[in-house]
Amino acid sequence: MELTKQNGQEQIEFPGEIHPTAGGGIIVSSFDGLINWARSNSLWPLTFATSCCGIEMMSTASSKYDFSRFGFEVARASPRQADVIIIAGTIVNKMGPVLKRLYDQMADPKYVIAMGACAISGGPFFYNTYSVVKGADHIIPVDVYIPGCPPRPEALLHALITLQEKIKSGLTREQIREESKG
Amino acid sequence: MYTETQVIKETKEGELVINMGPQHPATHGVLHLVITLDGETIKKIEPHLGYIHRSIEKMSESLNYRQFIYVTSRMDYLSAHINNLACAMNVEKAMQIEVPKRASVIRVLMSELTRIASHELWLGAMAMDLGAFTPFFYTFRERELITDIMEETCGARLTMNYIVPGGLMYDLHPDFQQKVKAFVKQFKQKVTEFEDLVTNNVIFQARTKGVGILSREDAISYGCSGPVARASGVSCDIRKIYPYEGYDTVEFDEVLDTAGDSFARYIIRVKEMNQSIRIIEQLIDNIPEGDTQAKMKAVIKPPKGEFYTRVETARGELGVYIVSEGGMTPYRVKYRSPGFSNLSALDHMARGSKIGDLMATMGTLDLVIPDIDR
Repeated sequence: MELTKQNGQEQIEFPGEIHPTAGGGIIVSSFDGLINWARSNSLWPLTFATSCCGIEMMSTASSKYDFSRFGFEVARASPRQADVIIIAGTIVNKMGPVLKRLYDQMADPKYVIAMGACAISGGPFFYNTYSVVKGADHIIPVDVYIPGCPPRPEALLHALITLQEKIKSGLTREQIREESKG
Repeated sequence: MYTETQVIKETKEGELVINMGPQHPATHGVLHLVITLDGETIKKIEPHLGYIHRSIEKMSESLNYRQFIYVTSRMDYLSAHINNLACAMNVEKAMQIEVPKRASVIRVLMSELTRIASHELWLGAMAMDLGAFTPFFYTFRERELITDIMEETCGARLTMNYIVPGGLMYDLHPDFQQKVKAFVKQFKQKVTEFEDLVTNNVIFQARTKGVGILSREDAISYGCSGPVARASGVSCDIRKIYPYEGYDTVEFDEVLDTAGDSFARYIIRVKEMNQSIRIIEQLIDNIPEGDTQAKMKAVIKPPKGEFYTRVETARGELGVYIVSEGGMTPYRVKYRSPGFSNLSALDHMARGSKIGDLMATMGTLDLVIPDIDR
């Protein structure tokens, strides 16, 4: 093994040689694109409604707004069958471990939407409370935030479409964060 | 919380303890039930609360009398107007303020619209718990009309904060009367659809008739109120017994049943929607002209004392108890929420029945968990 210096940091060179298959990169990357497109169009949400925002989530599922137009209609009660968890409502200290466990039980790839002011930061329950978690992102990572108390169904639809675009771009959470900084 | 050793110690041979919730689609929120089963028969149900305890009562102690009302919209979010009304009435009682007639009538109209919206949502959700998916779409179609009306006037679909101490936040939207009339007309035509879909459904009747019976005596001793108690024959409508905001000037019937089972609770709520429509029809053309806000000081400081008001929400009796020390903020706020008492009767109602029937019993109790935990 040889040590080389790159940008002032010591790096270990990979032992051996890599022979890339001719044209292999194109097939794999376009296959990834196909998978991401398929994933983004059949996201199954977990019915996780703790409070008021759950009612707006029900409104979004019902006849007037109808989120099945975008492939979300199969709301699952079991985390093992769900792809996206919509945190609709306040998370309190007693609920925190339950949320973490639900998230751990979901199969990869999994996505998180924080719906409403409570799930973003504690919202109206930020000051003078002893029991509210000040933002669900203290417990699990969040992909899309929806402001509002509660947000309108259109806002939830917009968040779902944003999540679809994020998945289609094929980037990880960290990469997206880096991009938005730069 | 139950530890594993506790569970083993307390269960006898042949008994099975299962946890329902806090993540369960039929609990409508985050209720945790520890159910002891013998085969399929329910031996005991122990509700565990606190999964959505947001310390609203403690919070209210640090907010002033205009501010603490907005938190109550998040308590029982399906009857947000009526919660706000209870608190506003309490402050008005403490300050001895007379609300203008126009504000009173609008408050009643808004309360009844909220009641219909709440019962419609309950009907859809309860039918979904029992396996019927279609009523959910039918009831939400009508409910959206009400949320549109609310949005135009109050600026919010769900948590309105429209009723404030001394009257209303602002006046009605010019289209209000016309929209409400259109809603009433459509509702009257469509309510028969619910009846065809649900009431006369053989499967629905088989699953709810004779299930989760609550006797009149038990309903009183558990402190049940609202449609749950009225289905057992207890006359407990606050709008009739202690009329507020001019409910004594409108004509409506208190719907009572004596069966006390899940089907009776369903029928009571459907009939209550019709009674609410009756109240709206009487008032919608007779909204008096005038102010919507009584004259009040910017900073409300009620005199020293204890004040209690009660209103009838869509779920039952809501009591608001405020202790004032004469300062800008309340010394203590206590809510008597209908869901808490109704939930306490669940164990008694479900004992001895099959676990499949628990959905029907719990669905017709119409629990809103943030209202119970607060």
